[in-house]
Amino acid sequence: MSYQIENTQQGEKYNTIFSKVSSAERRRRNSRSRLKKRILLGIYIVLLMLPIYWLLNMSLQTNSEILGSMTLWPQNLTFDNYARIFSNPSWYMGYVNSLMYVVMNMIITMLVALPAAYAFSRYKFIGDKHLFFWLLTNLMAPPAVFLLPYFQLYYSVGLFDTHIAVALAHCLFNIPLAIWILEGFMSSVPKEIDETAYIDGYSFPKFFIKIFIPMISSGIGVVLFFLFMFSWVELLLARTLTATDAQPIGMIMTRTSTASGIDWGTLAAAGMLTIVPGILVVYFVRNHIAKGFALGRT
Amino acid sequence: MNNKVQNNRAWLLVLPMLVLVAFSAIIPLMTVVNYSVQDVLGPNARFFTGTEWFSTMLNDSNLQAAFGRQILFSLTILAIQIPLGIGIALLMPKKGWQASAVLILITMPLLVPWNVVGSIWQIFTRGDIGLMGWSLRQIGIDYNITRNAGDAWFTIILMDVWHWTPLVAMLCYSGLRSIPEAYYQAARIDRASKWAVFRYIQLPKLTNVLVIAVLLRFMHSFMIYAEPFVLTGGGPGSSTTFLSQSLATMAIGQQDLGPSAAFSIIYFLVILLVSWIFYTTIMHMQKDKNSQGGA
Amino acid sequence: MSWMVWTLPTAIFFSSIAAMLAGMTVWELRSPSIERKGFLPISTTRGDRLFISLLSAAFIHLGVVGFTSLSLLVASAVSVIWLLVMMRWG
Repeated sequence: MSYQIENTQQGEKYNTIFSKVSSAERRRRNSRSRLKKRILLGIYIVLLMLPIYWLLNMSLQTNSEILGSMTLWPQNLTFDNYARIFSNPSWYMGYVNSLMYVVMNMIITMLVALPAAYAFSRYKFIGDKHLFFWLLTNLMAPPAVFLLPYFQLYYSVGLFDTHIAVALAHCLFNIPLAIWILEGFMSSVPKEIDETAYIDGYSFPKFFIKIFIPMISSGIGVVLFFLFMFSWVELLLARTLTATDAQPIGMIMTRTSTASGIDWGTLAAAGMLTIVPGILVVYFVRNHIAKGFALGRT
Repeated sequence: MNNKVQNNRAWLLVLPMLVLVAFSAIIPLMTVVNYSVQDVLGPNARFFTGTEWFSTMLNDSNLQAAFGRQILFSLTILAIQIPLGIGIALLMPKKGWQASAVLILITMPLLVPWNVVGSIWQIFTRGDIGLMGWSLRQIGIDYNITRNAGDAWFTIILMDVWHWTPLVAMLCYSGLRSIPEAYYQAARIDRASKWAVFRYIQLPKLTNVLVIAVLLRFMHSFMIYAEPFVLTGGGPGSSTTFLSQSLATMAIGQQDLGPSAAFSIIYFLVILLVSWIFYTTIMHMQKDKNSQGGA
Repeated sequence: MSWMVWTLPTAIFFSSIAAMLAGMTVWELRSPSIERKGFLPISTTRGDRLFISLLSAAFIHLGVVGFTSLSLLVASAVSVIWLLVMMRWG
């Protein structure tokens, strides 16, 4: 802070002396550096999009064209691959299954993580730091460690091959993540707000829903983004806990490789469709993300 | 931050979460510990083996090699992704429709299911139908990830950089946005060089998000599984077999519950140690900062 | 529960961990711990010291099991001494 004040004071001095001379030149230099920035960023984005473009390209070709010759864009545009997915329930149900457990997971996680994060951000209680650390270690537990016990656990409680099983299993890493992010946001809300609300006669649940949650809405946006992301992209647990009724799309995609070779076109189309829900989610929370991605910790 | 109230009833708010996480974390963990001291052949055929699996696993040269590769991999991607992420964040436009568009494009790789990431890169790098594999061959490079270990490593690193640098960039971008415009104005008036602006204004503001980025990236890279599994299958040979995959092969492929459980526990202890060191360091840094701020 | 394949040693192990946690909670309620600085580079509470000793005990056991032919009891003895040292002077 002191640095800033010092600079502005010095700045005023400079300003009066140099402002007229340098402004035009500075503007020119600025626009040139901005152009350079745009070009570099453009190159990065093009590189980033290339693999995805290639997937799109293949999803719009027939298998014979894919294998036949190298074409940078589809010569005979075809939507057959997509049509095959949308007309076959065993394909599109994969998307429905994935979306169902992801949404369930988001709801469950939010319901339990909001109060818990509030407790961590506002109160000291016995074992709070150790509990928080233990939560974080769950973020780091490699799912591969837990596969078999998970299978048996959910089998023994009769939840095997249901959406809720996957949703609960994903809580393992999503709840700690949500609490970690939300705690950061909640701590940046001054405590006086809670106290004023209680004096005004708000009960805790009413205060929490009416006042507190709107105040951390960008935090919640970012958390939802992360919850969606990690639940949507995880496959190891989802695959282990399901058989037929709740099978995620990622698993169904493996069906494209058969004895007669890999059905590249369908594989590519299915892959493209797994990206779409993510884009929609980002679109809805884009403004929150920019603000809140730093997890309230800047 | 420091004026938290001591109140043990806060446990009531934490309890629902605790029940859910404990259900998913503690019961399986206990089971893994139980497996690790036995030779489980079936529900009714199991023998107590004591610490035998642990000593076998600790002396297994394959696993030691996988562990070494894992460390090398994690450090490499951190060394690439963190600076690259900062750089991209500095390039991103701050407002307007361009900002939104760039944001959506950049987060795209993050939202692709992990096995699909593997598939995308498998397709992309194939010599016959993949753009990258095909182009590299056209310019005369003998690029083959199923035969050449160096190519496989290069591709996996490239894939991870593609996949995860956006996360680092997003974190840094959001950290940069929280710097008030006044700071930049002051620096401009001061005629501060770009480097000075970065070093004394932007970087200090980024420390917190960078810690998060390093932590998240370290954790995820340490348990990377689906992407290399789909892309290279751990090959050629075992040159790209990382820890998670060795574990999965043992547990699922060979059904060796005892050894893989023992291995899981060792793995878990390592993770626990590393994350504890990280966590303590972060907490310490924050405490120092707070006490300086108060003084 | 049978799928969890319990054995007596692991059951004892987990019960003692649970007992330790319960004991620490009661102790903390009776006389709250104060952060202090011992020979460790950071200031710790009682719970932190217990955690550090348990984690190092795990690594001591792993080291003994994996790389020496000593008995496991040696590791346990060292760990207990280490635990006491930590709790008192850590």
